[in-house]
Amino acid sequence: MDQILQQFLNVDIMLKVWPLLLRGLGTTLYLCVLVIPLGLAGGLLVALLLISRNRLTHWPLLALVDLFRAAPPLVLLMLFYSGLPFAGIRLSPTAAVCLAFFCNTSSYYGEIYRAGIESIGRGQWEAARSTGLGTLATLIWVVLPQAVRNVLPDLVSNTVEVVKLTSIASVVSFPELLYSADMARSLTFNSSPVVLAAIIYLVLLWPLVRLVSRLERGVATH
Amino acid sequence: MTNWQRFVETFFKPEMLRQYWPSIAHGVLVTVEIAAAVVVTGLLLGLLLASLRAYRWQAVNVLIVIFVDVFRALPPLVAILLIYFGLPGVGINLPSFVVLWLVLSLVLAAFAEEIFWAGITSTAKGQWEAARSTGLSFSQTLAFVVMPQAIRLGVPPLTNRTIAITKNTALGTVIGVGEILNQATAAQSFSGNATPLMMGAVAYVLLFVPVVVVGRWIETRFAWRRA
Repeated sequence: MDQILQQFLNVDIMLKVWPLLLRGLGTTLYLCVLVIPLGLAGGLLVALLLISRNRLTHWPLLALVDLFRAAPPLVLLMLFYSGLPFAGIRLSPTAAVCLAFFCNTSSYYGEIYRAGIESIGRGQWEAARSTGLGTLATLIWVVLPQAVRNVLPDLVSNTVEVVKLTSIASVVSFPELLYSADMARSLTFNSSPVVLAAIIYLVLLWPLVRLVSRLERGVATH
Repeated sequence: MTNWQRFVETFFKPEMLRQYWPSIAHGVLVTVEIAAAVVVTGLLLGLLLASLRAYRWQAVNVLIVIFVDVFRALPPLVAILLIYFGLPGVGINLPSFVVLWLVLSLVLAAFAEEIFWAGITSTAKGQWEAARSTGLSFSQTLAFVVMPQAIRLGVPPLTNRTIAITKNTALGTVIGVGEILNQATAAQSFSGNATPLMMGAVAYVLLFVPVVVVGRWIETRFAWRRA
């Protein structure tokens, strides 16, 4: 029992590595602020292009979305970070992470937005258009607000997944929370820093996970 | 050399394709084996936990909710590193593929429990009462009346979640599980050429595109048709 406490819950080590992990947390949050809005915006663009049924873009885009949903994010990240340099394109860890996340998250967000927009009946479009609103105005003021409300649980749940996903940036030496914790682990030969990182992730994400559960229940009872 | 030739030489070099396809194929086998094991244990454990929760024993339910919340909020890579590097320190040595299988199974079980539980709670009270009044016991009602409906309701969300979690087998590369990505990066550093990495990416896409397409079909097929 003592051995377990010593290995996983060593308070002295936790206190010592706390500043390092705090910096890691800052980098994780910075990464989130970068990739979540990028993904949300990219996803909206994907959804709009998909529902516009432009013959030129529809099938290639659909193929691309499925491609990026099929490839594990870590594979995309490795391809961009350690594959592209062979073609003479050297990306910084930040750029590689952002590009890999953009490909992955805008595909997932895109599918969610699309489901939301498709859940709004044609009648809404027709009614709004007949009152004199343009297509764009109808989309922005009538369709999107309802669409987003319908898929809000999925949007929040996917955002939780994106935050969790930022931990894979540690694989390309991006100094986020897990990377800092793992570095502290290899310096101290003790797993307490990783436990501390796990606790930080839980404190950060547990409220969001609860929110997802509540939202899902709310939509189900509608 | 034209740009096109240079591109082919970098990412699709024929000698490399010939030399490394056996190791990539072996990686595919490992990925499929672990993914299949994760799907079976994860879904069964999720089903078991959701059924257990239906009995509403307070102490048990608190434990189940804590387990579910923790594994929904924790990034799987954190759990993988924690178990793989932490347990040897207390005298427990698990092979890397066991750690990967264990963590992904627990994550899938957490999500599956939540989805099945949502299905159980959305079953109308009248169903329970009607089943009980025909003489079925509580357990029989749960197993033969409520669960079949809960499972059916859970199919679309569960499909997507299962796909997302089985893709996480790629995380095994961090602890040296010989799956596709691991074989590909090893071959890349041996050969000094990006072809093996591209082969790995193509292997993943070939493996998962059919799954994603079937998932899309299942989602529309089962969507919004509540019993």
